[in-house]
Amino acid sequence: MTLMQKFLSATAAVAMTAGAALAEPALIFDLGGKFDKSFNEMAFTGAQRWADETGGTFREIELQSEAQREQALRRFAEAGSNPIIMAGFAFASALEGVAKDYPDTKFAIIDMVVDAPNVRSVVFNEHEGSYLVGMMAAQASKSGTVGFIGGMDIPLIRKFACGYVQGVKAVNADATVIQNMTGTTPAAWNDPVKGSELTKAQIAQGADIVYAAAGGTGVGILQTAADEGILSIGVDSNQNYMHPGKVLTSMMKRVDNAVYDAMAAGADLETGFNVMGLANGGVGYAMDDNNASLVSADMQAAVDAAAAKIGTGELVVHDYMSDNACPVE
Amino acid sequence: MLEFFQDFITVSDSTLRLSTPLLLACLAGLFSERAGIFDIGLEGKMLAAAFFSAAIAAVSGSVWLGLLAGISASLALALLHGVASITFRGNQLISGVAINFLAAGMTVLIAQSWFKQGGRTPSLFAGGRFKEITLPFADTLASVPILGPLYADLISGHSILVYVALATVPLTWWVLYRTRFGLRLRAVGEAPEAVDTAGVSVIGLRYSAVLICGVLCGIAGAYMATGLQAGFVKDMTAGRGYIALAALIFAKWRPWYALSSCLLFGFLQAIALRADLIEKYLGFKVQVHLLDALPYILTVIILAGFVGKAIPPRAGGEPYVKER
Repeated sequence: MTLMQKFLSATAAVAMTAGAALAEPALIFDLGGKFDKSFNEMAFTGAQRWADETGGTFREIELQSEAQREQALRRFAEAGSNPIIMAGFAFASALEGVAKDYPDTKFAIIDMVVDAPNVRSVVFNEHEGSYLVGMMAAQASKSGTVGFIGGMDIPLIRKFACGYVQGVKAVNADATVIQNMTGTTPAAWNDPVKGSELTKAQIAQGADIVYAAAGGTGVGILQTAADEGILSIGVDSNQNYMHPGKVLTSMMKRVDNAVYDAMAAGADLETGFNVMGLANGGVGYAMDDNNASLVSADMQAAVDAAAAKIGTGELVVHDYMSDNACPVE
Repeated sequence: MLEFFQDFITVSDSTLRLSTPLLLACLAGLFSERAGIFDIGLEGKMLAAAFFSAAIAAVSGSVWLGLLAGISASLALALLHGVASITFRGNQLISGVAINFLAAGMTVLIAQSWFKQGGRTPSLFAGGRFKEITLPFADTLASVPILGPLYADLISGHSILVYVALATVPLTWWVLYRTRFGLRLRAVGEAPEAVDTAGVSVIGLRYSAVLICGVLCGIAGAYMATGLQAGFVKDMTAGRGYIALAALIFAKWRPWYALSSCLLFGFLQAIALRADLIEKYLGFKVQVHLLDALPYILTVIILAGFVGKAIPPRAGGEPYVKER
């Protein structure tokens, strides 16, 4: 292709997108980047699934710096994108300002609550998903001691921990759960070395399953668990593939479903509080070829039964963030 | 008693692993600062080394090539620091900060465009990692009471870079205090004009100090990515370069003190992971956050002059200008 042709086709493409831009949805990725193998990538997967199924197109941008948040939001709103979806709690303050200025545009923010008439706030019931993997951990544990390693010590991560402990205790009331947080600063999300040491410390205390809810730190936790011959539990996306046969399961946060739902609703997006729990496929545990040999049919049946009960409301898992306290330890 | 001994071994083992990157970075800073070049870019150099060692080890499958790449990356940044602060007499602190930012941004950027895994390198397998080596007779001696486990579990069974780091301490002492090069290096950090008068190149000495610093930071970064971990994760040094600087002040810029201060800081980090042990043996609860903050608190106490005085090299931070 000659350079001229390239230019021509590029202009044509621009012209076409400009024409179709009217009610195109837009997706903004957070600083982690589109292909982070976790949160942002799940958001992209959901958007791609919507595009493949409907033949529609969507606009997207990967943020490069903190300062671009508001700018990106305004540009999409000006261009007529509707709805505009943000992956990440960090957009909250930018959105609060922008949402007021574009009352006819619908926004969806994931993992955070923004109180405005044209915003959908999507939050996940991580405690329910954690409850399920906690049940699985208690069933798979031989020592009766399991571990939890969180990233930064914030209420959201305590919510994971609290749900997990409740799940463990539901199966084995005598089980011990060792809990550690990596740190109190954002550096705690990316400290695999400390994650490894914490895993070794928990192994020394008898843990034979460890649940990592710690972002990049989890890479070190899963690695050390695999090296030392114990099982680990991944988080957010399906991380079973990282060490086949060594990762018991993963607590999945279906960000893809949230994005898919929002895009499917289009400009008629229902605003307000949107809770993604077990009942509507917002959270769950991961099963695939990599962990099939680790999870017996009995285990899966027990967990599925609990999931059904939580879905109908028969079983209520305590949410740490509702009162900043956990009934079990 | 036996239980206590077991716990002691696990915590010490963890201390040794956590201290190693601190020790290497601390000695790196020691060389540089003793020659009068402040270096707060330790963190960035370690990070760059961690990335390139993991990346090259992943691509080539050889951990040694990875180590070499890590050292080269760190050397390149060290040279940059040298050019900025020695040749062009720029502000050493600003140059160091710039290196930290450069490394934090560039590593993720290159990792993303190279491996497309969200700023990570692929996980390393057998040949791409430093294995834990078993010292001779570790297995046979393990059954000897007390000394056996001490040797087999604590001293043996680390990656080779841990022993390299420990060996660097006496080596540093010997170079600094028993060689002509060391004498001149120390002199150039105290009174560069005297060294210049004696006809020895201040620029040359400072460059060599900065480059030695680069090599040691390179080993530290490679140890984190290919020894402790099996790959690079963004910002994985997590502030260890700054803790190493604190340890350097705590050690009053002396090699053997550097060993003890790094072991102390490593021990504080290790015990913070096992706060349950403090409760078990001492009978009271300690906030983990307090243990995490202790290295910094101790450094402030030392700096404030409560426990002896920490006097930095006199010409530190000052670019050398020949008098005309």
